[in-house]
Amino acid sequence: MSAEAEPVAPAGTALAERTARGKRVHVMIFLGLAAILLVAPGLLYPFFLMKLLCFALFASAFNLLLGYGGLLSFGHAAYFGMASYVSAHAAKVWGFSPELAILTGVLTAAGLGLVFGALAIRRQGIYFAMVTLAFAQMIYFFALQAPFTGGEDGIQAVPRGYMFGVLDLSNTMTLYYVVATIFLLGMLLIYRIVHSPFGQVLKAIRDNEARAVSLGYRTDHYKLAVFVLSATLSGLAGATKAIVVQLASLTDVYWGMSGEVVLMTLLGGMGTIFGPMVGAAIIITMQNYLASLGAWVTVVQGVVFVIAVLMFREGIVGVLAKWLRRSL
Amino acid sequence: MAEIFGIPAAALYGQLLLGFINGAFYATLSLGLAVIFGLLNIINFTHGAQYMMGAFVGWMLLTYLGIGYWPALVLAPLIVGAVGIVIERTMISRLYKLDHLYGLLLTFGLALIIEGLFRNAYGVSGLAYAIPPQLAGGINLGFMFLPLYRGWVVVASLIVCLATWFMIEKTRLGAYLRAATENPTLVQAFGINVPLLVTLTYGFGVALAGFAGVLAAPIYAVNPMMGSNLIIVVFAVVVIGGMGSILGAIVTGFALGLVEGLTKVFYPEAAATVIFIIMAIVLLVKPAGLFGREV
Repeated sequence: MSAEAEPVAPAGTALAERTARGKRVHVMIFLGLAAILLVAPGLLYPFFLMKLLCFALFASAFNLLLGYGGLLSFGHAAYFGMASYVSAHAAKVWGFSPELAILTGVLTAAGLGLVFGALAIRRQGIYFAMVTLAFAQMIYFFALQAPFTGGEDGIQAVPRGYMFGVLDLSNTMTLYYVVATIFLLGMLLIYRIVHSPFGQVLKAIRDNEARAVSLGYRTDHYKLAVFVLSATLSGLAGATKAIVVQLASLTDVYWGMSGEVVLMTLLGGMGTIFGPMVGAAIIITMQNYLASLGAWVTVVQGVVFVIAVLMFREGIVGVLAKWLRRSL
Repeated sequence: MAEIFGIPAAALYGQLLLGFINGAFYATLSLGLAVIFGLLNIINFTHGAQYMMGAFVGWMLLTYLGIGYWPALVLAPLIVGAVGIVIERTMISRLYKLDHLYGLLLTFGLALIIEGLFRNAYGVSGLAYAIPPQLAGGINLGFMFLPLYRGWVVVASLIVCLATWFMIEKTRLGAYLRAATENPTLVQAFGINVPLLVTLTYGFGVALAGFAGVLAAPIYAVNPMMGSNLIIVVFAVVVIGGMGSILGAIVTGFALGLVEGLTKVFYPEAAATVIFIIMAIVLLVKPAGLFGREV
């Protein structure tokens, strides 16, 4: 995925130069992204944008696990949805301020990720996917039966309140800029994780676990750590979504949501920093325009899935990165 | 009325029977998954949708063509299996050289398409399928009342499961299959058409799902979503049993159905989640699964 085989010793300085240039490109993309986020509400419906940002963060968090850790979780809806439920409950019933409600949701997702991750990494490959899916389904049944989730109705009319006591989130533009900030900070954190020594080890484990073990790395610790990080950031996306949409429902914890985030990541390009957000933008836009078609949305999504797997495995940004010969 | 552990005996037996029936479906479906996984190294996410297709094809045969239950029990698995073979030839076969996870993703996408199409055509409310007249009614066993059809479901799936086991473990074809699982290149060198074997195996595994679907049609309402929730439980069953052994898949399927039935009697709140909790415990104690070997 990001295998740039470069001769190390003689071209050391060239490599350093290349990395520095790559970094400059990334900085420019991030600045461009910030600029787009600043002006976007003038062009598009802010509510749609906020929803898109939440899913873009969710897909990027998922990609941290799949693209950089090489672990396919088929149950990320559990962390997204549970964080959504808990922060909605905290804001509505306990009267928490939005930042505390989001924090409560994020911590819940982190705790869940720690427990499920510790169990799931005991199996590899296909089994890992099945285990994560099964645990997510357990959370779904829990959400269906537990009294605080409101069953089929979900938690509705979640109050938005005042962020840090001063920012009035009932104002759409204030809410938009808060969500955009959360999204950017989340993306920067993911970028930082991927390009840290920890991220390097992670990629080594993804590409050849046996060799990483023989080099003395405790691969299980790394896998668990990235699982928890990914679950936590998915929780951040889910909790923010609950405040934005003012609703936490069974859709958020259903396996369909887990599949959707896989599709976003695959379509945008797994193992790329900017791919998942592109994938999320496409899928959310598609859902928005096809909403009137009912069950056909599922069919279209399935077709996109099949085409992506059969002919387009690198994803949009993946192809772009190959073309530009840069990791994006 | 007789009571066992403070529970009316009739209720206990009733739930045990229900558990046994669920177990029959778990066993048949996880068996199909195990057979497919053994040779193709693919987890067939479409399995739930193919089970649903089995039920729908049975219903369509009856409604549109007037073909009854007994011929449908043979025809529907053949039709669903044939569709499976087309899917394998045109799509899945392109992925054998790639990471196995792509197979999971592809079959997931296919499941979305199939379920979406059926939902468009038939909505989400269930369609009724009458119990065949020969199996209507029930018999009194003295300690409980046994609806004949439910007894038939258990017997039929047991027969099919054991026949599959016999075919794979005791016949020449099964020997080819097991050999191809171990080393496909070598088996091919002996002049056996391995790609054909792979295609037929997929078709057979899918036909098993279709068969389970027809069996299920008179018990559960025939509806487009009947497979997707079931298949996730079957995944958990497969993780618990491990996919190394055919007999293991059958035993685990039935046993977990019974456990689920018992939970419904003693602690109904946990009935939906008990299998996942057992899965967590198995992962802690014996990560490879009860009958599994490390892959």
